[in-house]
Amino acid sequence: MPALTPSQTIGPFLHIEVPYEGEERLVEPDHPGAIRLLGTLTDGEGDAVDDALVEIWQANAGGRYAHPEDAREEIPLENGFTGFGRCSTDHEGRFEFLTVKPGAVPGPDGRPQAPHIDVSVFARGLLNRLVTRIYFPDEEEANAEDPVLSLIEEEAQRETLIARQDDGALRFDIRLQGEGETTFFVI
Amino acid sequence: MAFELTRNGQVIGYRRDDLEINPPYLYPDYVSTQTRAPKRPLVPMPHTLSEITGPVYGHERIGELDHDLTRQHEGEPVGERIIVHGRLLDGDGRPVRNSLIEIWQANAGGRYRHQGDQHPSPLDPNFSGGGRCMTDDDGHYEFVTIKPGAYPWQNNPNAWRSRHIHLSLFGPAFATRLVTQMFFPGDPLFFQDPIFNSVRDPQARERMICSYDHDRTVEEWALGYRYDIVLRGREATPTED
Repeated sequence: MPALTPSQTIGPFLHIEVPYEGEERLVEPDHPGAIRLLGTLTDGEGDAVDDALVEIWQANAGGRYAHPEDAREEIPLENGFTGFGRCSTDHEGRFEFLTVKPGAVPGPDGRPQAPHIDVSVFARGLLNRLVTRIYFPDEEEANAEDPVLSLIEEEAQRETLIARQDDGALRFDIRLQGEGETTFFVI
Repeated sequence: MAFELTRNGQVIGYRRDDLEINPPYLYPDYVSTQTRAPKRPLVPMPHTLSEITGPVYGHERIGELDHDLTRQHEGEPVGERIIVHGRLLDGDGRPVRNSLIEIWQANAGGRYRHQGDQHPSPLDPNFSGGGRCMTDDDGHYEFVTIKPGAYPWQNNPNAWRSRHIHLSLFGPAFATRLVTQMFFPGDPLFFQDPIFNSVRDPQARERMICSYDHDRTVEEWALGYRYDIVLRGREATPTED
């Protein structure tokens, strides 16, 4: 079997190729249920990370992934909704997506997972991507039962994965290191 | 195509046993890792439907000349014209088909067309440095470009990056996403490049170096280089129904 190609940092010059124009917009502004999902990326000294790429991957509002391995045909796909977005951070470390809240998807034992969005963070100084998840503040019960959130022992660490309402938008700040450090996963 | 084993929420994950070849998050010789590497241990997560699915890019995003970085402007870029080609494979050696590959790089003088790169080497008006293509049914891809130059960076005194091309790969799932760098054989700068050396296993480091390919070298025109890329393999082969 061929051996895996190792990961390397994305470096500071990713903007030469990625993201493509409009990739932070998964839906149009007039889409029913469109939400602004935004946040700030900071490092261990609290400084803005202004050269990062944030990617999101999610199911549609009905809970179906636009991917051949999600074969649950009883849940319709939405024309034009890929479930993927990417956004580079600006000079203040900010990123912002326009998307919809995903529906629940099945978990490891067939029970539903709480609605969530998978996130990858790439940046200069990250030799491998960091993976985390965004959960929703209006899903307390589902979050309490979620099989992935339940893997995290400390409540304060679970809390880092729950977005909060912020003036009509949904805020998910990402702290790479130090106080309030976001919980990251090995997948 | 549907997979019976994903029907009831039972999924076939991607293998984890070879992930230790990846560089550590904290590698102090690469100074930027010191304030960006998480301090808390990462939480191991089982793969769910969310991780075995992933973005599907189509050919509609790819222009006819996107794979040829030497033909994106009026004139030709300065430098050594090269063809970089190879196959995108999964961990079982099967081709990864119709998958997006993105690249970006410095010009022949080692300068990126980016406001963040102000080192005193000229920009080339005929070179942007970005390209993309889709793999074919055999997992094959090919780019035409110029060999990137080495360049200084301020990581430590007299620090220079080895010549490299950045690559971004998706593969079939969120779990297979990979961003890496491809290096050139025999680069004398390897010994002092902490990004290259952050991959601790010497054999894994070798896998980031392309090889000269005389069969793909085109007479009177361009040197060929071969570079196969291997993404994570599956824990078991999915059964198609």
